[in-house]
Amino acid sequence: MLAPAESEALFLSLSVAARSVAFNLPFAILVAWLLARARFAGRTVFDAFVHLPLVLPPVVVGYLLLVLFGIRGPIGGWLHESFGIQLAFTTTGAALATAVMSFPLVVRSIRISLEALDRGLEDAARTLGAGAIDRFFSITLPLIMPGILAGAVTAFAAGLGEFGAVITFASNIPGETRTLPLALYTALQTPDGDALAARLALISFSLGLAGLLVAEFLSRRVRRMLGR
Amino acid sequence: MLRVQLRKRRGEFQLEVDFHAPVPGVTALFGRSGCGKSTLISMIAGLLSPDQGRVQLGEDVLFDSDRHYELDARHRRIGVVFQDARLFPHLPVLGNLRYGAKRLPRAAATPIGFDDVVSMLGLAGLLTRRPHELSGGEKQRVALGRALLAQPRLLLLDEPLASLDLARREEVLPYFEKLRDALAIPIVYVSHQFDEVLRLATRVVLLDAGRVLADGELASVSRHPALREIVGPDAVGAVMNGFVERTDSAGLTVVRVGDAELVVDEAVPIGQRIQIQVLARDVIVAAARPSGLSVRNVVAARVVSVTPDVGRAVLVELDIGRTATLLARITARASQELELSADKQVWALIKAVSLRGHVFTAPAR
Repeated sequence: MLAPAESEALFLSLSVAARSVAFNLPFAILVAWLLARARFAGRTVFDAFVHLPLVLPPVVVGYLLLVLFGIRGPIGGWLHESFGIQLAFTTTGAALATAVMSFPLVVRSIRISLEALDRGLEDAARTLGAGAIDRFFSITLPLIMPGILAGAVTAFAAGLGEFGAVITFASNIPGETRTLPLALYTALQTPDGDALAARLALISFSLGLAGLLVAEFLSRRVRRMLGR
Repeated sequence: MLRVQLRKRRGEFQLEVDFHAPVPGVTALFGRSGCGKSTLISMIAGLLSPDQGRVQLGEDVLFDSDRHYELDARHRRIGVVFQDARLFPHLPVLGNLRYGAKRLPRAAATPIGFDDVVSMLGLAGLLTRRPHELSGGEKQRVALGRALLAQPRLLLLDEPLASLDLARREEVLPYFEKLRDALAIPIVYVSHQFDEVLRLATRVVLLDAGRVLADGELASVSRHPALREIVGPDAVGAVMNGFVERTDSAGLTVVRVGDAELVVDEAVPIGQRIQIQVLARDVIVAAARPSGLSVRNVVAARVVSVTPDVGRAVLVELDIGRTATLLARITARASQELELSADKQVWALIKAVSLRGHVFTAPAR
């Protein structure tokens, strides 16, 4: 049904989006918790910084990633020398760029659930003998799961379509970093690529729709479980 | 015994309290909404830090500002039942009940058994349900069970019935009564409903605007002028402790209160301790012993004081022997005609059907 180039781009997109969500979640939960609960100097600046990818041109994000994580960058160089890990121009790098772009979405979604959480429940757990870490894993985390899920699904769906940051940081390498939108862009640049572009657009469209439906289904199930 | 001396400032509001709660038994913290009851409960539980003071439970100091000592709430082993139950919505009833039990130190004694709690609170049919499938009354029973299974050394009940309608309150109250009679730990019951206090507590701490106005046996606090203001004129009445002496030939219960015998239209087993409130508006004062009346209780009394009350009424305090006291509300005019003044001997008339007794079974230890 799908041509090899199409399925390659599709699976690459899915893999990049999935990995970007996996990158994102632990940090997003931590940052959301800090923004919702912790009071520290520079919190407003930190908040703005977290939201930067929403307002910056994706190319700028890609460029900054190149500067930091490129093979001569301060972090990228260290990763390469110490562990032999290269991020720029790799699938993992594409996932990292995608993760950075969708990070604010995930943080926002988790933070909203955290702020909506009745802190009295954590107090109740405390009187029942639960310590701080215990309370987080036994009460807080399960109760903000709807926010985490919603954030993850949104980030996944958005990650399927990330273009600017990926092409800048990870380039457009077939089978490596050429995800659906990059393949679509390439097809448009190629003579006689119109039909391929149309098919790729249709795939993206179906994928997006399916993602949103799954998100709705999941959030309903979780809400029913929590009785809301 | 629980001993609490605390100070806390929150904006304009200043809380300063000093009271104790004996073991076993229920001490009620009574006062209007906003008098500082919930703040106080949070501080005893360790969820809020006091500015200054000391909290001691038995031999253990839980908080002492002089020594900069504060035991974390999670190590206090104080069971709290909140007004809004605060059941964990993602856990079934069983998971909620076991939450505290699972976190007990391994060496901890577990005098309160799972099966006992489930049967005492009638939870057997609810174990697999989720909190959102429970009624308000059921939620509070589960919350109570959850607190008990954490093997608390003190139970704090923070207006546990306030969010329930009258029918649900009636459904839950008997469980609290059962608990009070079965537990060997102190219970602090916060309420702004005097009828709940009357049913459950023998001691009352009367709180107003962050201060303790009165503290003691319900029988003595019930005559405190500040209480009259809080409960409103219709609920003013002396509370008396008595015990059920016998059942008379008509099947009515005879209760010994002070030197007097009161006939109560209620079936209570002989020997039970009973707490009775006699509403001031239900008491008639007579200068001479009347006859030919339907009233069942005609009690010899001595006037202690006559004080102005709401409107054109006065409140007459009547001594009926052995420190038992009645309050009667009559018009000032009637008081003048009867020439009521301190030490005058009179008769107090109370209808048996207007008396309502609350039974307290001696706690099993």
